[in-house]
Amino acid sequence: MMDSSTMARAQLPPQVGERSGEEHSLRNDQPVPAGTPERGESPKISVTVGDTRKVRTLEVKAAVENLSFYYGQHRALKNLTIPIADKQVTALIGPSGCGKSTFLRCFNRMHDLQPDTRYEGSITLHPDNLNLVGEHVDPIEVRMRIGMVFQKPNPFPKSVFENVAYGLRLRGVRNRATLAEEVEKALRGAALWDEVKDRLQDSALALSGGQMQRLCIARALATTPEILLFDEPTSALDPIATAKIEELISTLRDQVTVLIVTHNMQQAARVSDYTAFMYLGELIEFDEAAKIFTNPGKKATEDYITGRYG
Amino acid sequence: MRDRAVELLLLAAGLVAVFTTLAIVAILLIESSAFFEHVSIVEFLTGTMWTPLFADARYGILPLVAGTLTTTIVALLVAVPLGTLIAIYLSEFAPSRLRETVKPILELLGAVPTVVYGYFALTMVTPALQWLMPDLPGFNMLSAGLVIGLMIVPYVSSLSEDAMRAVPRYMREGSYAMGATRLQTALHVVVPGAFSGLAAAFILGISRAVGETMVVAIAAGMQPNFTFDPTQPAATITAYIVQVSLGDLPHGSVGYQSIFAAGLVLMIMTLVFNVIGFSLTRRFREAY
Amino acid sequence: MSDNPAIATFLDPKLVRDGLSRRKVLDQVFVIVGLLVMLVCLAILAVLFIDLVRDGSERFTWDFFTNFASRRAERAGILAAWVGTTLIMIVTAVCAVPVGVAAAIYLEEYAPKNWFTAIIEINVTNLAGVPSIVYGLLALGLFVYQFDLGQSIAAAGLTLALLILPIVIVATREAIRSVPNAIREAAYGLGATRWEVTKDHVLPYSTGGILTGMILGLSRAIGETAPIITIGALSFIAFLPESPFTSEFPFISFGWLNDPFTAMPIQMFNWVSRPDPAFQSNAAAAGAILLGMTLLMNGVAIWIRYRYRKKINW
Repeated sequence: MMDSSTMARAQLPPQVGERSGEEHSLRNDQPVPAGTPERGESPKISVTVGDTRKVRTLEVKAAVENLSFYYGQHRALKNLTIPIADKQVTALIGPSGCGKSTFLRCFNRMHDLQPDTRYEGSITLHPDNLNLVGEHVDPIEVRMRIGMVFQKPNPFPKSVFENVAYGLRLRGVRNRATLAEEVEKALRGAALWDEVKDRLQDSALALSGGQMQRLCIARALATTPEILLFDEPTSALDPIATAKIEELISTLRDQVTVLIVTHNMQQAARVSDYTAFMYLGELIEFDEAAKIFTNPGKKATEDYITGRYG
Repeated sequence: MRDRAVELLLLAAGLVAVFTTLAIVAILLIESSAFFEHVSIVEFLTGTMWTPLFADARYGILPLVAGTLTTTIVALLVAVPLGTLIAIYLSEFAPSRLRETVKPILELLGAVPTVVYGYFALTMVTPALQWLMPDLPGFNMLSAGLVIGLMIVPYVSSLSEDAMRAVPRYMREGSYAMGATRLQTALHVVVPGAFSGLAAAFILGISRAVGETMVVAIAAGMQPNFTFDPTQPAATITAYIVQVSLGDLPHGSVGYQSIFAAGLVLMIMTLVFNVIGFSLTRRFREAY
Repeated sequence: MSDNPAIATFLDPKLVRDGLSRRKVLDQVFVIVGLLVMLVCLAILAVLFIDLVRDGSERFTWDFFTNFASRRAERAGILAAWVGTTLIMIVTAVCAVPVGVAAAIYLEEYAPKNWFTAIIEINVTNLAGVPSIVYGLLALGLFVYQFDLGQSIAAAGLTLALLILPIVIVATREAIRSVPNAIREAAYGLGATRWEVTKDHVLPYSTGGILTGMILGLSRAIGETAPIITIGALSFIAFLPESPFTSEFPFISFGWLNDPFTAMPIQMFNWVSRPDPAFQSNAAAAGAILLGMTLLMNGVAIWIRYRYRKKINW
């Protein structure tokens, strides 16, 4: 078995697993049994910041390796290998139908809701060494650790409060005071508290589109997810609401690893630290956002970001 | 010119529906008002004896209303939990192949003539109940109510399933993405989301049970009996109308008019349920 | 991980797994309960149907179809009943289908969006929810006495026609609505009038849906008992209505419309109500035949719907 960290280094400009000979490195040949994740040391990703050539080392939160995804016979994702850096924003861009949303939905196993879907390869969540797409890993457990915000704001037909408390209630939290405290914290985290603090018992469906989307972010934040997935979160919103969400995503970086799918390249450039360009289910290029948008390594990437197709 | 004539012809066909409604209301009101010339409205609405066919005729509708309500409640106790449970299962849990098989079967069951269900109640369900409760009379509301309940389970579950399927997928995905199980998603998101649709299904089910005739006429006995005890025989409004129709009451007699007065009460009861049910359905459709 | 110790245990990935297994057990329990309840309901109904057929099986002889009703259970048959039902269905279909289809065409293709149209629509919806016995009362007051049709086949047919009118209208409207607007616009673009568009395009393309609605309506009518009891159908009839076919010109007669009648569900109800258990077999046999007829009609309707759906791909 080829040492996967070597392979990753061979393909990807930001060097993954820089320190050689790490025993815990990203292997996918032995899925970790669901019952006992062993916490290991996370692999590192080293980056150069700015023109000072200062090297900073980041931990990898999730290591995607040789990930393929099938709808029945159709192979929608082909051998993706991408490191997702901890507490950073990684953006997935590409023309529609390129598989970026499909890829995103692998992280929280949303595909499991459809029959006849299959994953190959691995997404290893660090530091627990949990293979998110492992056959023996419970998708519900995965979804409890990975939050998601959808394209269309989808608050539940409940009160604002109950929407945010939903995840905690699912986990069995009953104490009213604890719930109230956590709901407030999550709403503050989503920059929504001041707008809704007087209408916590109103129906969430009465909020504006932008507020609904921030409510969905609060709902996901309330259970302190390890990764937060955004699936084109602003495509249904007006420019002002979009700006608020983008600002929010930038601040979230401090608490959670963010993975965002967007068809809006300006948005990717504005919010992301790393960017992956996908085309026809394949990863074309992955690099620091600054590099992708100023000096892409591949012709296809350049064509896309300069608007030659898409 | 010819187009105009065609349009008028088609409009006339559309008006048949309006005229039918008007005719129903007119007939019920005319015959009932003739009835109320002989019987005071107060006695009609508050009397607890209904003996129009006796020499000492008494016209208190309450026994018939009690019979109607009792059988309806028994039916709902069967239909609402079973119908909802089946709907939740079909909409949220069943594999699509199973759902595609069961839905037409439910539709088919809705088409079975009610007189056949009456036969079931009298000849199969009542003996089975008597085996459990030896004192149960041969005619009773329990058996009729249970069979009506079973009869409207397909109707209620089919309507409820439609309501739950109409809850958009992104709503379910939101819940699943939070780590909810299918049951939690169904109970916390889908059922509240489909609430008005479910309420409409229940209310239309009530309306069916209230208007159901043949099962009660066959299995509940046709004796007006002011009781809410389902193990007793009793007549419902509909059963009374059947009973009078089977006899030979002369046109224009008080007994003849009494079935229109009873029909008017029935019509008002079902109309109230239908209006609530349909307006709930409409509100539900607008919500998504 | 949350810094709040009160919920830390609820979010700890390791502890979460324990709670999760309990939730998943509940989920599985529901799968089993739901499936079981559904199967039990279907099984009860299946047992009832099988029992019905078994109880009636000894009466499934040729004589049963060719004998009139009789005081002796084993000699009684359903001749008058099935002939009556057939004739009533003819009247019902002839009245309900053209009127229902026409009303549906009006509502879908012609009606302006105003309060008047809204009233017609509300009426159709409400009529679908009126208990069938109320139609019986309407018929008793209107057809039997006002129009002086008496307790005849015509009165019964008209009653059931009104009863199934909403079903035919709703089904036809759905069928018409599924014809894409592009087709209409294409025809209008060629200069067709509204009626030409309807007659040449909309109706032919929605035939499947209209047929389905018609059959479903008739299958409802065939089993309806209460309204025809109300207009006073006789259940003991030892003669047939006047034959619709004659030996002299014009070889067809409508005398049967005024004849008294009985029908399948009435005959069954009559037998069920008799205390003599021998008649229960007759009732079961009549019920099984009635059930077979409605299931057959519904099966045909579902089949037509399926076939047309496959044939036309917009």
